Amino acid sequence: MLPELFFGYFACAILGLALLTVTRKNLVHSVLWMLLLFLHIACLYLFLNAEFLAVIQIIVYAGAILVLFLFLVMLLNLREEHEARRFVKAWQGRLAVCLVLLTAAVVSVYKVEVEPFGGYTIAFISEVGHAKVLGTVLFNRYVLPFLMTALVLFVPMVAAIVLAMKERKR
Amino acid sequence: MVPLSWYLMLGAGLFIIGMFAFLVRRNVIMMLISLELMLNAVNIVLIAASHYMQDIRGQILAFFVMAGAAAGVAIGLALLIAAFRNKESANMDEFDLLKG
Amino acid sequence: MELLVTIGKTVLFVAVVLGVTLLHVAYATYFERKVIGRMQNRIGPVEVGFRGLLQPFADMLKLLFKEDIIPNNADRPLFFLAPVIVVASVITSLSVIPFFRNGSIANLNVGVLLIFAMASLAVYGIIIAGWSSNSKYSFFGAIRSAAQVISYEIAMCISLAGVFLMAGSLNLNDIVLAQRDQPLGMFVFAQIVGFVVFVIAAFAETNRTPFDLPEAEAELVAGYLTEYSGFRYSLFFLAEYISMYVMSALIALCYLGGWTLPGFLTRALPFLEFVPGVVWFMLKVYAFMFFYFWVRATVPRYRFDQLMAIGWKILIPVSVLNIVVTAFIKRWFM
Repeated sequence: MLPELFFGYFACAILGLALLTVTRKNLVHSVLWMLLLFLHIACLYLFLNAEFLAVIQIIVYAGAILVLFLFLVMLLNLREEHEARRFVKAWQGRLAVCLVLLTAAVVSVYKVEVEPFGGYTIAFISEVGHAKVLGTVLFNRYVLPFLMTALVLFVPMVAAIVLAMKERKR
Repeated sequence: MVPLSWYLMLGAGLFIIGMFAFLVRRNVIMMLISLELMLNAVNIVLIAASHYMQDIRGQILAFFVMAGAAAGVAIGLALLIAAFRNKESANMDEFDLLKG
Repeated sequence: MELLVTIGKTVLFVAVVLGVTLLHVAYATYFERKVIGRMQNRIGPVEVGFRGLLQPFADMLKLLFKEDIIPNNADRPLFFLAPVIVVASVITSLSVIPFFRNGSIANLNVGVLLIFAMASLAVYGIIIAGWSSNSKYSFFGAIRSAAQVISYEIAMCISLAGVFLMAGSLNLNDIVLAQRDQPLGMFVFAQIVGFVVFVIAAFAETNRTPFDLPEAEAELVAGYLTEYSGFRYSLFFLAEYISMYVMSALIALCYLGGWTLPGFLTRALPFLEFVPGVVWFMLKVYAFMFFYFWVRATVPRYRFDQLMAIGWKILIPVSVLNIVVTAFIKRWFM
């Protein structure tokens, strides 16, 4: 009973916070609701025994990505845009499309069940430590994708610098 | 025991909310935020599936999704700054000229 | 029943840790003023109580009874929320610090990362405080402070990664135990580069001199604190001192051997084994707190561009190099 209650709370909170995030007029408020949303998602990961990913979720999303958003909202000084229209004109049609897709998704997944087939049981992970298990697999079998992430992160860094430099030359 | 399908439905709901916001909001920052919501929905599904299948690969994929999200946001915001210099606006509909 | 006992024990432990920390914070201000006073050839507070020992409480009462001023155009909910976020995130990071062997509220496998995560959450309090005050000085202070904390957090994490590599764990208990075979029972000699980077980054992370740019009085009044007064101001103050304690504790645990003593000392003087570990831990923490105050009394403040240049052009490359060298040595020589 207790796990269901926990999940129920987190699911309701996540969906509610997501709705709050996307409907706020003031972007700063929106970003802060999203911060709360990410904390709830991190708790959900803890609930799934992924403690390392939960902490990484907070460090990467809350500590890096959202701060970037907050910076930009403040630096561009978008306060004046509060009066502007929040949604596009024909939002009802898009809402209908989204609801249809949601129904389709829910109908197609609500009976899904899987057979556990891997060797990474809860007992094994908690004995070795989640970070260690993840690291062992990541750095052995998936080391090439991992190195490619370095490239994925390097390219936007160069691009961001180039975009920022462009103004200075003029 | 919470069944896996609950997590899948939660992920679907979050994804649809993100998609709806992406379609109807015209502010570039808001669109990037809804993109993040969608990626988080995918991550929830990946990690839940990984937990229920007792297979670590889902979590590793979630790890890569996070790296990709960070890269995407960095480039998106840099582009927005560059565009903001020309237009003084973050509204998507204002960016309608090929010549800046 | 057993569950209730466990919960009761945990709550009691949390209460003890919180109470003791708040008392320590009160006397850290007294300690700071005394130390800096002596260094500047003054005697520091002496009036209230015996040798000024009641001074912190007098200050606290003064702050509590001050008028609570809220600017007219402030974003009120966020203005109230900002100090709460800062204090809550800093206090949460206390929960994973082991004060003696297995003596932490939560013995997490990712303890150090939790401290980093909470440090990155504290940035929100700062940014929100500056933004919601709706004042130019606050806003600039907040932007500066946030930029500083974010940049130095990277250097801090990367420099500590050398310790993780040496210890093979992210659990603070295991990190302390892994230092047993090191010279003097500390990582500080093997990881001297990481240690120096970490100490500099810790100063910047807690907004202390020489990196207290956000509070540069001459340029920005009081930075993001400008519009705060009374109780809310004291919450920010509290958070700053607790985060100093957390950083000192992290240094004591990761580089100075935590609650253990160097091996040769306990062999030469066996009776030292019977002293509880928390004594040695506090001794190391206070040694580092003293260093904080010493630097404050000695070093002038950096300019903002210098600060960013130090962070990005020196500390981050050096700490990355430190990881690479540590990894190579660990792979081929250990």
